[in-house]
Amino acid sequence: MRHTISVLVENKFGVLSRVSGLFSGRGYNIESLSVGETIDPNVSVMTIVTSGDDWIIEQITKQLNKLIDVIKVVDMTELDHVEREMVLIKVAPRAEDKAEVLRLAEIFRGRVVDSSPKTYTIEMTGDEKKIAAIVELLRPMGIKEFVRTGKIAIAREGIKKA
Amino acid sequence: MKISGAEIFIESLKKEGVKHIFGYPGGVVLNIFDALHDEKDLQLILTRHEQGAVHAADGYARASGKAGVVLVTSGPGATNTVTGIATASMDSIPLVVFSGQVPTLLIGNDAFQEADIVGITRPCTKYNYLVKDVKDLARIIKEAFHIATTGRPGPVLIDLPKDVTSGKTEFVWPESVSMTTYKPTYEGNRYMINQAAHMIAKAKKPVIVAGGGVIASGAARELKELAEYADVPVTMTLMGLGGFPGSHRLSLGMPGMHGTYYANRAIQESDLLVAVGMRFDDRVTGKISAFAPNAKIVHIDIDPTSIRKNVRVDVPIVGDVKRVLSVMNKVLKEEVSDQWQEVRKAWLKQVDAWKKERPLTYNRETDIIKPQYVVEKIYELTKGDAIIATEVGQNQMWASQFYRYDKPRTLLSSGGLGTMGYGLPAAIGAQFAFPHKLVIDIAGDGSIQMNIQELATAVINKLPVKVAILNNRYLGMVRQWQELFFQERYAHTKLDETVPDFVKIAEAYNAVGLRATKKSEVEPVLKEAFSIKRPVMMDFVVDWKEKVYPMVPAGAAIDEMLFAEDEKKSEKKLKAVK
Repeated sequence: MRHTISVLVENKFGVLSRVSGLFSGRGYNIESLSVGETIDPNVSVMTIVTSGDDWIIEQITKQLNKLIDVIKVVDMTELDHVEREMVLIKVAPRAEDKAEVLRLAEIFRGRVVDSSPKTYTIEMTGDEKKIAAIVELLRPMGIKEFVRTGKIAIAREGIKKA
Repeated sequence: MKISGAEIFIESLKKEGVKHIFGYPGGVVLNIFDALHDEKDLQLILTRHEQGAVHAADGYARASGKAGVVLVTSGPGATNTVTGIATASMDSIPLVVFSGQVPTLLIGNDAFQEADIVGITRPCTKYNYLVKDVKDLARIIKEAFHIATTGRPGPVLIDLPKDVTSGKTEFVWPESVSMTTYKPTYEGNRYMINQAAHMIAKAKKPVIVAGGGVIASGAARELKELAEYADVPVTMTLMGLGGFPGSHRLSLGMPGMHGTYYANRAIQESDLLVAVGMRFDDRVTGKISAFAPNAKIVHIDIDPTSIRKNVRVDVPIVGDVKRVLSVMNKVLKEEVSDQWQEVRKAWLKQVDAWKKERPLTYNRETDIIKPQYVVEKIYELTKGDAIIATEVGQNQMWASQFYRYDKPRTLLSSGGLGTMGYGLPAAIGAQFAFPHKLVIDIAGDGSIQMNIQELATAVINKLPVKVAILNNRYLGMVRQWQELFFQERYAHTKLDETVPDFVKIAEAYNAVGLRATKKSEVEPVLKEAFSIKRPVMMDFVVDWKEKVYPMVPAGAAIDEMLFAEDEKKSEKKLKAVK
């Protein structure tokens, strides 16, 4: 099963390498990883999407906790939480599809952040399903480039999953 | 007053109570070596290879319980420590390794003798540091010793750029360590301990499996108390040997691949396994799905990642083994009625029957030297009162089977990593910790050649270290596997005429060399060696065909053992296993 794990770490050099090294060294899979400072500049948060059975996820959580630079590990999957990811999609549509691209961007609440005679670049945020949906719809019109940030996640306040 | 980083290094080590540093000089650590030159309280022991320095510090740590300290130069000096560091890491041995580094401004420029040793050692250290500012040095050294020696111990590396050790600042030694993110759990959960105690009381066929954690936490007394009070037989993993007296009536010896018949049978038949400071290594469990099929498992370990890593656990207890066991003993004595007397009798009777059925044995009726005979004689002549280091392979297994370790910290052996070349430098390190003890490296002719240069370290320091080479002219353990599993195709395991004359080697290093080629010569050679207060290398020319038995083939359950006395039958069994 897929898990989104949020890891609070000390904001020091080498920490990303300790975390990623743990995953590679023990053969765990990383589907996505995003890192950024928190409101406290001494602390960063890593959001890691990984997969494995309960046995593996338990080991991943314990191994992360064992790393000396790790402050806290939260398996978001066990909590009610919000997940978001941002994508930038550069589309190169044929002339007759241009209007459709813009319409799709609007439906998905994306924004056109760059345009050229042959391309539009659309910025969009959403959860996995929403991103998968727009990619499916834009694909036939010609996606030239596609970049994504990797997931970030935050727990909803006050409600725990039963 | 401002002092240099090199002086801070020295002052900090003194504050930590360090007396010995094992090391090797080089360009970027020259100023530290220079500062050490006039130092009276800190002895730098020059080994002949950086790997030897780390193993020596490791042997020092295993024998004494204190952190071992290493100082090497950058680049090749640092990379040569990696095998030693990984060895210590796998066996949870506290080390603080200092490596020189090129000046901070040159880092990343592929400077002369530059290596990213912090990057290289990240997966095999408990933690590591690159010191970027001399102002951080004292705090980092304090933290490093704290991390290395607390919780589950392990090696810590500190990389010291040349400008950091030459730079000057005020020396401020931190009184305590404050690390918000590093807080090992020492006290076990009381509810879990209670539950475990009740399970021990009710169990019909309990077995304790004791590992290196018993020795690391100094819990031998508590373990003995538990075993004796609740009448539970104890098996000790390679790392746990000495954690419970090997000659005790409740001792089952070592379990696993080359474990005793009775330890493996007891585990497989047991209804409760109490795993104490061990991590269910594959050499202990064999085929995991067939391991201890009827047992509930209580697992005590200070490292939460050890629990439920390899086997299912019914009662996990995260905590320091010594503290958990002393609470457990108290609970057993005060809160649980000792209802087990009768059921235990039957179980111990069964265990004793297994001991009689298949004791550890070998052919004693021959004039050629059997390697086991040499180990047995060493045990007999030392009365078990020695520190034994081993190399890796057959020599290591015979040393674990035929010598009984009654006290903790008397066996130094590379368990997890299985590092050939470990024994001699480890023995040297242990001899520094205990100058008046008899320290013996039980070696093979293959392994000893991996760090034989450390004879020079033993000679120059006048250490009475003894090396007993079980010389079978083969890489014996690999040869054994080739014989059993590769149709006797001895690919690159026959050393034969390329084995050097160890007596001449010893003499060339100005040590004493002795040789025995017949059984009757073994005892005189050992006696002579033990009476000489200098390094002695003994060459025991042993039966090359001898194999380590019992043996559980890789991937088999631990009760699917092969035995020496029925090699013919074993062949059939082997085919069945395949």
